[in-house]
Amino acid sequence: MLWALVLLPLFGAALTWLVPDNRRRAWVLPVVSLVHLAITVALIAEAPAASPGGWILLDALGKLVLAGNSVLFTVCSLYAVGYLAYRLKRPNRVLCASLLVCLSAMSLVAISHHLGLLWIALEATTLTMAPLIYFNHNARSIEATWKYLLICSVGIAIALLGLFFLAYSTIVAKQEVSLLLPTLIANAAALHPGWRHAAFIFLLVGFGSKMGLAPLHTWKPDAYGEAPGLVGALLAGGLVNCALLALLRVYQIAVASTEGALFQEVLLVMGLISMAFAAVFMARQSDFKRMLAYSSVEHVGIITVALGLGKGALFAGLLHMINNSLTKGVLFLSCGNIHRAYNSKSTQFVRGAIRRTPWSGALFMAAFLAITGSPPFAPFVSEFLIVSSAFGQGNHVTGGLFLLFLALIFIGMASTVLPVVLGEVPKDLERTRYRDAFPTVFPPLILMGIVLVLGVWIPEPLRVLLHDAAALLGGEA
Amino acid sequence: MNSLADQLLVLCLLINFAVLGTSRLAFSVRSVAVQGVLLGVLPALVHPFSWHLAFIVVSIILVKGALIPTLIIRAIKKAEIEREFSPFIGYIPSLVLGALFTSLAFIFAAKLPLAPEHEGLLVVPAAAATLMSGFLVLMGRRKAISQVLGYLLMENGIFLFGLLLADAMPVMVEAGALLDLLVGIFVMGIVINHISREFSSIDTSRLSALREE
Repeated sequence: MLWALVLLPLFGAALTWLVPDNRRRAWVLPVVSLVHLAITVALIAEAPAASPGGWILLDALGKLVLAGNSVLFTVCSLYAVGYLAYRLKRPNRVLCASLLVCLSAMSLVAISHHLGLLWIALEATTLTMAPLIYFNHNARSIEATWKYLLICSVGIAIALLGLFFLAYSTIVAKQEVSLLLPTLIANAAALHPGWRHAAFIFLLVGFGSKMGLAPLHTWKPDAYGEAPGLVGALLAGGLVNCALLALLRVYQIAVASTEGALFQEVLLVMGLISMAFAAVFMARQSDFKRMLAYSSVEHVGIITVALGLGKGALFAGLLHMINNSLTKGVLFLSCGNIHRAYNSKSTQFVRGAIRRTPWSGALFMAAFLAITGSPPFAPFVSEFLIVSSAFGQGNHVTGGLFLLFLALIFIGMASTVLPVVLGEVPKDLERTRYRDAFPTVFPPLILMGIVLVLGVWIPEPLRVLLHDAAALLGGEA
Repeated sequence: MNSLADQLLVLCLLINFAVLGTSRLAFSVRSVAVQGVLLGVLPALVHPFSWHLAFIVVSIILVKGALIPTLIIRAIKKAEIEREFSPFIGYIPSLVLGALFTSLAFIFAAKLPLAPEHEGLLVVPAAAATLMSGFLVLMGRRKAISQVLGYLLMENGIFLFGLLLADAMPVMVEAGALLDLLVGIFVMGIVINHISREFSSIDTSRLSALREE
């Protein structure tokens, strides 16, 4: 049954390849993703036993990532139908097929319990994203694709070396060689310390560059800036969580070993550095899609800080992972609409979006408030829990810096978002075909609704799932 | 490990220098391909026979020795380029740095806490030196194709280290990693092709439209 999550999108991808018509092809996406979502819900309600050999298993962490990705992908695929209708001149066969292959690889990341298999799936997500970033086929998008491909490929190659080191540490420690997660966790303390240590560093650098932790984030602004809105949503909301899950697997091994505290300290510092980078580069950003990339750097930083704090912050960090991916979905999709309506993504030309595209403008504004941690939206809850956990642990420096960066980022982001949404519509504005319409507004509206609901009420099954997942990371269940 | 394997590893190290020192792209591609074939042969020399091993050996030789070079050579022909001119790091400095890295790799490997059966082998220094050379090529060259070659050298270095683990790596993981590499090179080849059409050159230093204002 778990394999259906991987095989169904592949089947869908083959189907999109066979549909000759540019308009009808897009409909395959929502059909496949709705079935995928249904299977996901069924599997989360009752997870099947591990596959023979233990390679494939859906644990609480996997469920969380799988659920988040499946919801986000479904919304993006509904949006894709409306979006691609505006872009019928551009062939979308490669886009539709790559999106579904990517869904397949993302699902495989969530269910694999063997680090080698996890690595392969993660590398596959990197590769399928390349044609998506390149959708617009212009000079800028090639540049973004090339940087993305090169940096992420090298990053993920370094992660492979880290995995080899981990496997080698079992050889030196004279254990049975294995990259199966449960075996590694059980034997973590007995692994050879030197090789284990090197492995953690390499894995952190490798997965960190895929996640976009500063200073390994340099591909992010380019890729997020040039990719179509729905691809940006998947990059910032889906792929980030996949890379994060890989890091969480390493985290599980690290906390089971003797150097969990050191690993957490490194994560804490990396997370704060990422937030600082975001705060600096977000100020006076004149391209609102690139600004979102820095917001993504900020939020992987926040999650990493939560991982570094450990204990009660783990629950909050995992909640933030979900909140971030849903809110990023709204941001990128509404941004995509505004971009279409103005044919520009520079704050020099894009002003007064609330008048030209009232729904998208309002959604962008609301999502901006949500992502910067304003109540009553969901990210406020998770960020508040992380801060209170930091102060609760007596870590005042982290808590203080965390609040400082949040404030700086709020100011920086507001200085870009407010003129875009509220300013005066430029008089000599280029005429474009895009106006807000149901197919492109409804999907982000659903996501915004979820973000609002999660802000005031976390359903019991989700709460249980988050607690189970935090317990897997060694948090207080 | 036997002396033939050691000789092949020395050959791998020499190939690094060949790639570092030449401006001719086709020659670099062939050198990396030969190194790939050596990587395929090595596991056969150091591990007892099994069907798993035979499958891996054949697929490594096929992918690294034939498929990937074909893809890259085709990209070179389409982009109509032969040589790498004026790299960021010149050929002589590259060679000197390569020599430095290689000697450092030997010193470094001697200090590593290896398993007793792996001590004194050439595998670890060869892996580290190849990895570093790949990194040097990746950072030091302008042309997109040279950067792909650097990435391949890096991957070869990582594969060399994997030699110590060949019993441990399940066949599916190795095959999957190889497939990912192949698809990666395929995608890179397509992107290179588009870069050359868009910019009439595959000089990556022209890819500079995207930056912070």
